[in-house]
Amino acid sequence: MLAKRIIACLDVKDGQTVKGVSFENLRYAGDPVELGKAYSEQGVDELVYLDITATNEGRKQIYSLVESVAKNLSIPFTIGGGITSVEDAENLLIHGADKISVNSAAVRNPQLVSDLALKFGKQFVVVAIDAKTIDNQWIVHTHGGKRPTEKELFSWAREMEDRGAGEILFTSMDHDGHQTGFANEALARLSDMLSIPVIASGGAGEMEHFKDVFNIGKADAALAASIFHFGKIAIPDLKRYLAANNINVRV
Amino acid sequence: MKIAIIDYKAGNIKSVEAALQRLGCQTVLTKSHDIIKSADKVIFPGVGNAGAAMEALRAEKLDALIPTLRQPVLGICLGMQLMCRHSEEEDTDALGIFDVDVVKFVPKNGEKIPQMGWNQIFGLRTPLYDGVGENSFVYFVHSYMVPVFDGTAATCDYTVQFSASIAKNNFYGTQFHPEKSGVVGHKILENFLKI
Repeated sequence: MLAKRIIACLDVKDGQTVKGVSFENLRYAGDPVELGKAYSEQGVDELVYLDITATNEGRKQIYSLVESVAKNLSIPFTIGGGITSVEDAENLLIHGADKISVNSAAVRNPQLVSDLALKFGKQFVVVAIDAKTIDNQWIVHTHGGKRPTEKELFSWAREMEDRGAGEILFTSMDHDGHQTGFANEALARLSDMLSIPVIASGGAGEMEHFKDVFNIGKADAALAASIFHFGKIAIPDLKRYLAANNINVRV
Repeated sequence: MKIAIIDYKAGNIKSVEAALQRLGCQTVLTKSHDIIKSADKVIFPGVGNAGAAMEALRAEKLDALIPTLRQPVLGICLGMQLMCRHSEEEDTDALGIFDVDVVKFVPKNGEKIPQMGWNQIFGLRTPLYDGVGENSFVYFVHSYMVPVFDGTAATCDYTVQFSASIAKNNFYGTQFHPEKSGVVGHKILENFLKI
């Protein structure tokens, strides 16, 4: 049976991992490759590197990072952040990225997703959607959640699937950072209506939340950052817990 | 050991190269018939769509070369599918090394297509799987699949049982990505290098 995936997300700025990490035996906590390796050895199924570098000079460092990750890791990884064109994506592919994720650029230019899927195949294209509820509607936000758009989550996700997204990474801004569980109701609706995998993000705090996001939220994969980085939940413990609760995970 | 990776602009090659280099191999990404023919082993990678891939192979006459190769050849993902007779993807005639056709997954219980992620392989045979445990997890990304047939070397279950791997004479194929399959994938590539 296809396993439910656990994904760790690493924020990268100027080629270095940001956000604290409390991994033992890790020489360079700021080194995204070392950190990725440590996660891989712990049994994480995939990694997402989110480039939050603001400057153009800094952004170039992402290529050497991608190359180094591809060289040193033998699990799949996605690169996101600041990808606005087919050329950006192609450069990342050439340097070894398995997938790229687009967010604000897809909202600005939905055709980009069609172009990416046509050129590289839909398996390469993850569409990240940040949304929060406003007047009982899930409203899509861009620019790291700062700007509301006129788009509504479910119709937007459907359009992205139709245009060739291979996966939808949905972050609930209502839940992100609260560590009180994922947006299971919205996730289940997304998962039921789409025929591509849905990655849940935002809200993980306890191991139980992962059980719920797979059972109730019907997610195909669950992504988290801080709780893994700060060692609140260790991946091997999480996998064992999920397996004990009859969720098919890779152990 | 010298490994030729067939170059026909077939997606992410870096990871395959890196995985083989970690195993101590010298790799060359090439479309040169001479270099491919003289390599110790050949990797036939591939991500993308079957029609465009076959066109790219034909443009370099690689479609004629590949079936004549004598050394061990490993087709990965789309590379494996193209070694079959025909693909339902854009009604594409393929290389015909394996007497089987590639078909699209049909969801049975709301399964997502593509199959994307880690799934288990079983019924393992051929030296490719020496020391690999039954039901090991490997990483798949695909919408089309090869049904189970007499060339099946490993089976996987997603909507139906299908060929996770195929083998015939010097030709081997994996639907999954060994280069993305952690320690299990590493072992499978290591085994291939020993064939």
